[in-house]
Amino acid sequence: MSGDERTLASPSRAGLSGNGQRHPWRAPGLLFPLAFVLLLAVAMCAPEWFTVLAPDTVDTDAILLPPGAGHWFGTDELGRDLFSRVIYGTSQSLTIGIGATTIACLGGISLGTAASLAPSLLRQLLVRLIDILLAFPELLLALLVIAVLGRGPVNTLLAVGLSNIAGYARLVRSQVLQVKLSGYVEHAVALGEHPWTIVIGHIVPNTIRPLMILATIGVGTSVLAASALSFLGLGVVPPAPEWGALLADGRNFLEIAPWLSLLPATVVAVSVISITLLGRRLQVLLAKGDTP
Amino acid sequence: MTVADPESRREADLLPSQAVPLLRVEGLRVAFPSAQGRTEAVRGVSFTIAAGEILALVGESGSGKSVTARALVGLVGPRAQVDAGAMTIAAHDGRVVDLLHLTSSAWRMVRGREIGFVLQDALVSLDPLRTVGREIAEPILAHNLLPKSLVAAEVKVLLARAGIPDPEVRAAQYPHELSGGLRQRALIASALAARPRLLIADEPTTALDVTVQQQVLSVFAELARAGHGVLLITHDLAVAAQVTDRIAVMQDGRIVEAGPARQVLTMPGHAYTRRLLAAVPSAATRGHWLAATGNPPVRETVAIDQRPLLEVDDISVSFRRPDGSPLNALAGVSLVVRPGETLGIAGESGSGKTTLGKVALALQPPDRGEVRLEGGPWSKLAESARRPLRWRIQTIVQDPFSSFDPRYTVERIIEQPLRLRGDLDGGARRRRVAELIDLVSLSPELLARRPGTLSGGQRQRVSIAQALASEPKLLVCDEPVSSLDVTTQAQVLDLLVMLQGRLRLAMLFISHDLGVIQHVSHRIAVMEDGRIVEAGTVDEVFNNPQRPSTRRLLGAVPRLPGR
Amino acid sequence: MHGSVRNLVRWGLRHLGVILAVLWGAATIAFVALKLIPGDPVSILTGGENIVDEAERAVLIQQYGLDQPLAVQYAHYLGNALIGNFGRSYQYRQPVIDVILEAAVPTLQLASSAILLALCVAVANALATAGRRRVLRTVLSGFELALLSSPVYWIGIVLLALFSFQLHWFPVTGNDGVAALVLPVIALSLPLAALLGQVLRDGLEEALSQPFALTVRARGVSETALRIRHGLRHAALAVSTLTGTLLAGILSGSILTETVFGRSGIGQITLQAIKTRDMPLVLGLVMMSALVFAVINLLVDAVYLVIDPRLRRTTA
Repeated sequence: MSGDERTLASPSRAGLSGNGQRHPWRAPGLLFPLAFVLLLAVAMCAPEWFTVLAPDTVDTDAILLPPGAGHWFGTDELGRDLFSRVIYGTSQSLTIGIGATTIACLGGISLGTAASLAPSLLRQLLVRLIDILLAFPELLLALLVIAVLGRGPVNTLLAVGLSNIAGYARLVRSQVLQVKLSGYVEHAVALGEHPWTIVIGHIVPNTIRPLMILATIGVGTSVLAASALSFLGLGVVPPAPEWGALLADGRNFLEIAPWLSLLPATVVAVSVISITLLGRRLQVLLAKGDTP
Repeated sequence: MTVADPESRREADLLPSQAVPLLRVEGLRVAFPSAQGRTEAVRGVSFTIAAGEILALVGESGSGKSVTARALVGLVGPRAQVDAGAMTIAAHDGRVVDLLHLTSSAWRMVRGREIGFVLQDALVSLDPLRTVGREIAEPILAHNLLPKSLVAAEVKVLLARAGIPDPEVRAAQYPHELSGGLRQRALIASALAARPRLLIADEPTTALDVTVQQQVLSVFAELARAGHGVLLITHDLAVAAQVTDRIAVMQDGRIVEAGPARQVLTMPGHAYTRRLLAAVPSAATRGHWLAATGNPPVRETVAIDQRPLLEVDDISVSFRRPDGSPLNALAGVSLVVRPGETLGIAGESGSGKTTLGKVALALQPPDRGEVRLEGGPWSKLAESARRPLRWRIQTIVQDPFSSFDPRYTVERIIEQPLRLRGDLDGGARRRRVAELIDLVSLSPELLARRPGTLSGGQRQRVSIAQALASEPKLLVCDEPVSSLDVTTQAQVLDLLVMLQGRLRLAMLFISHDLGVIQHVSHRIAVMEDGRIVEAGTVDEVFNNPQRPSTRRLLGAVPRLPGR
Repeated sequence: MHGSVRNLVRWGLRHLGVILAVLWGAATIAFVALKLIPGDPVSILTGGENIVDEAERAVLIQQYGLDQPLAVQYAHYLGNALIGNFGRSYQYRQPVIDVILEAAVPTLQLASSAILLALCVAVANALATAGRRRVLRTVLSGFELALLSSPVYWIGIVLLALFSFQLHWFPVTGNDGVAALVLPVIALSLPLAALLGQVLRDGLEEALSQPFALTVRARGVSETALRIRHGLRHAALAVSTLTGTLLAGILSGSILTETVFGRSGIGQITLQAIKTRDMPLVLGLVMMSALVFAVINLLVDAVYLVIDPRLRRTTA
C-alpha cells in the first residue's frame, strides 16, 4: 500500500503534491495510463487478439532468442515465446490483483465500519485487533497464509487479499471517524435527520468514495505483491505464465538472456504505474469543488 | 505597559522626523500571472510613513492591502511583478535604500533589520516547534548584531519590554503554552529584535479577544511614541480609529481616500469610505439598514409576544479536559427567548457561548437543569421524540461550509430539511427551494453550483436558506458574520433583520463582536466563565453596566468617533 | 513539572500495554495458523517430509503437549513464547531462537545501511526540490512514482544485470565484505528513498507555506536556513504516519533483496522455512517480526515526543 494510505487519510492531499490547488497535479496526461489500462483489460479477456502463438509451445530449435521479428520479446530456455507468455500472464496477474483487492476491500470495510460504529466494548476489541494485524508486514502475513494453505493461484489471491485487510480497515476507520466528527454530521442531527439516514446518506457515501479510489491504486499494489510471492517461488507455480513467475524463471539466465527478466518486469512496472496514475487522477478530479 | 524605550528613541532622534520620511512609496503596482493573463492586485498606491507615526491601511479582502504589505518586504512570491515609481526606506546608517529590484541577499539585510513584520495569530505565525526564546533570538543572530554569549540576555530584555512577565520562564516555553495576548506580544518582540525602525503589522489583533486586543494595540502606540513608524493593516475601521494617526482606505488595489484619522472617520470624502463606515454595526446603527439598499431607513420594530419560546432553566454543563480536570463550560445559566425577539449572547472566547447554543439546540445534553421549547420539554425528551420537533429550532454557524455535506450542490443543501417532511413531492420541493433562494436574495443559477465555488457571503445565505426551509420559530446563530468582510457582514445582518420582521423569527444571536450584538439584539446576556454576569435590554446593559468586568469589556471595545 | 512526569509515565505504560497486546496477538495468530494446517500435528512439526519413529513421536507429543486439550496447549505455547522458547527448528536442528538471531545479523547490516542511505538521499532530495522549479519537481516525482511501482526485486535484478554481469564491478553473490553489500543496499534503499522523499518533500512544502515561514523570511533568514532549521522538523512529523509502512517495506524488501542477491539472512531462512514447512521456525519468525515492529514503533513515538512539544500534554 506504500504511500497511498496517507492519500486517503487526508483526501485534499491528492496526488504526489500537497494541496491540490497550490500544485495542480501534473500527470503526464491522463491519456497514456488510461489507454494502457484498457489494453491490459483487453489482454485479460481476449489474449488471442494480441498473439497467435500459444504460451506453452515448446520449440527446442528456438531457445533463448533475443527479441526480434518472429518473437517480439524473444524466447525462453524452452523456446517458448515470451511475448505470448506475458500476454497470457496478464490475465493471471490482474485477476489475482483485482480479486485480492476485492477481498481486502470487503474485509476492510466490514472490519473498519464495525470498529467505528459498534457499541463500546466490541469497538475497543476490534480496534485492538486491527492494531495487532497492522503490526505485521503484509508480505509476512501473506507468507503465513501460504504456509498454511500451500501454493497456487487461488491461495496467492487469498494470501494477498487477507494480508491487506487490516490496512483497509484502518483507513475505513479513520475516514469514518473523520466524517463522524465533521460539522455536517452534527448539523444533520440538528436538522432532524434519522441516524440511519445519516449513516447511509452521509457517512457511507463520503467514506466509500475515497476508498474506491484507493482500491484502484491497490490493485496495482496487489499485483506487485502477488508477483513478489511468485518470484519467491511461493505463489503461482510454473509453468503458469504469471508475471512474477516469469521473472523468477528469467533470473537464472540473467547473464546470457537478460530480456527474460527485464521485459516482464517492465510490463509489471508500467502496468502498476498506469493503474496508480489513473487512480490518483480520479482522486483529483472527484475532489474538485470540495474545498473552497 | 512599559516606559518608552530610551535606546530606540535615540535612534529615532538621529532621523529628522519630517524631512526624510521613514518609508516612501509612490505608484506601487503588483500584478500576478493568472488564467486571464495578468491580475493586478495593487494598482498605483502611494503613501509615506514618518518616524513616530502610525498609518492604517484599511480595506476588505481583495483590496490589496496585504499584498502591499508583503511587497514592502519582498515576500509577494516569485511570480509576482512588482513595480513602482519609488519605494524607499531610510536605513539605520542614514542612507536611503531603494526597495525595488533588490537581490535576495540585499533583501535579507533589509528584512528584520530595517523593517519588521508581524502577522495575525501568533499560534501559527511563530514556529510551534521552537521555543519563544529561540524565535526571538533568530533575527539577532541572522543579522549578527550581538555575539552569541549576549543573545540570551537580550532576548529577556526584549520580552520584558514587550510587557511579558517572567521573561526567563517564557523564553523557554513554546508558543502554545502562552496565552493569546502574550503570544502576540512575543511575536511583536521577535519582529523588533533586530531593531527595525519600521514595523508592518498585518491584522495583528484579529484573532484576539477584545480586552487583549486593547492591550496589544497599546503596544503599537508605545512603539510610535518611541520613534518607530508603524504600518497597520486592518479590515476594522474601529481598530484603526483606536491607535492610528492617519488612515488610508483601499479598494480594488487603489487608495480611494487618505488623511488624518479623525477626518477620514468623521468626514469621509469618498463614497466607498462612507459605505464602509455605514456598514459598521453598533448601538448607533440600531433600527437602520447597514447596507443602503433603498429600503425604508428604519426597520419596523417587531411587536414582541410575551409567552416564552425558549426557556433555559439553570443549565450546567461540564467537560473533562485531556488531563482529567473538569472544565465547567456552563454553570447555572438561565434565560428566556420570546417569539420575534433577538437575544444577544456576548462574551469572550471560553465564556461558554457556543456550548449554550449547542444546549439550546439539544446537541449537548446538560448535566443539570432543563431546556423547554414552547412550554414543552426539550432537553429531557428522548431523541426519537425530539426529532420530529426539531424543525422548530434551526442553526447557522460561523463557517457554514463545515455544516454542508461536501458532495451536495446548493439545491440539495437547501432541499435537505424539506426531504424530511415526507409530504412534499419533488415538484413541491423544487418550488419551495426557488422561494427560499429568492428570500435570501441569491440568484437561482447558483442552485447547481457546489458550495466550494461560492463566496463567504453567498455560502452564509445558502446556510440561512437551508435553516429557514422548515419554517422554524427560533434561529440559533453562532458567530454567523464573524468571518465576513464588513460590507458582506452588513448585508447578511440586514438580511437577518429583514427576515425577522417578515417571518416573526426569534433569534439567539451569539457573537464576540459587541457592535454586532448591539445592532441586532433586543435584549442581551453577557457571559463570562460559563455564567451570565449581566442581562437586560440593550440600552440597560450598555449604558449602565453593573459589573466591573462588563465595564472593562465595554471599555475595551474600539469605537468609531461619534458613536 | 509534576504533571509532565505523570504524563510521561502514563504514556510509557500505555505503550508497553500496546506492545504486550501486539505480542499476545501475534502469538495467538501464530497458534491459530499452526492449528489450521491440515494433517497430522506431529508431522507438521517435523516438516512433513521426515519420517519419525514411535519413540521420537512420543517425545514430541510429550514436549508439545499435543495430547492435551486446546486451551492447555495454548497456555503452554504462550508460556513458552514469553521465555523465548519457540521450540526447535527441524531443518537446522537448533533452537528456533538461535537460528533467527544468527540470521538476523546480515539482515540487520543490510537493512540499517539501506535505511541510512535512504534517509540521506530523501532528505537531500526534499531539501533541494521542495517548492522549487516545476520541471525538476515533475521529473523527480515521476522518477519516484516509477521506483515505487516497480517490483523491488526488479531494481535488484537490473542492478545485478548491469553492474555485476555486464560491468563486473561487484560480485554476483556473497555475504562477505562491503563490496557484496553495495548493490543490495542500493536496491533496497531506492524504493524507500522514493517514498521518504515524497513524504518529506510534501511535508516540507506544507511547512514552507505556513504563516510562520513568512515570519521567518521576514526576519532576514535565508531560504536554506529556513528549510533546515525550521522546515525539516515539520517535515519529519509528516513521516510519522508512515512508520508502519516503512518498516513493512524494509522487512519485505530485505527478504526479496536477499533472494535476488543470494545473501544469507532472515529472508533466506523464512523462505526455506515455508518451503519445507518448518512450522516452529515460521512461527518464531512471526513473533520476532511483531516484537521488532512494536518496539520500533515505541521508539519512533518517543522521538516524536521530542520533536513536537505540543504532544507533551503538560497543563499550561
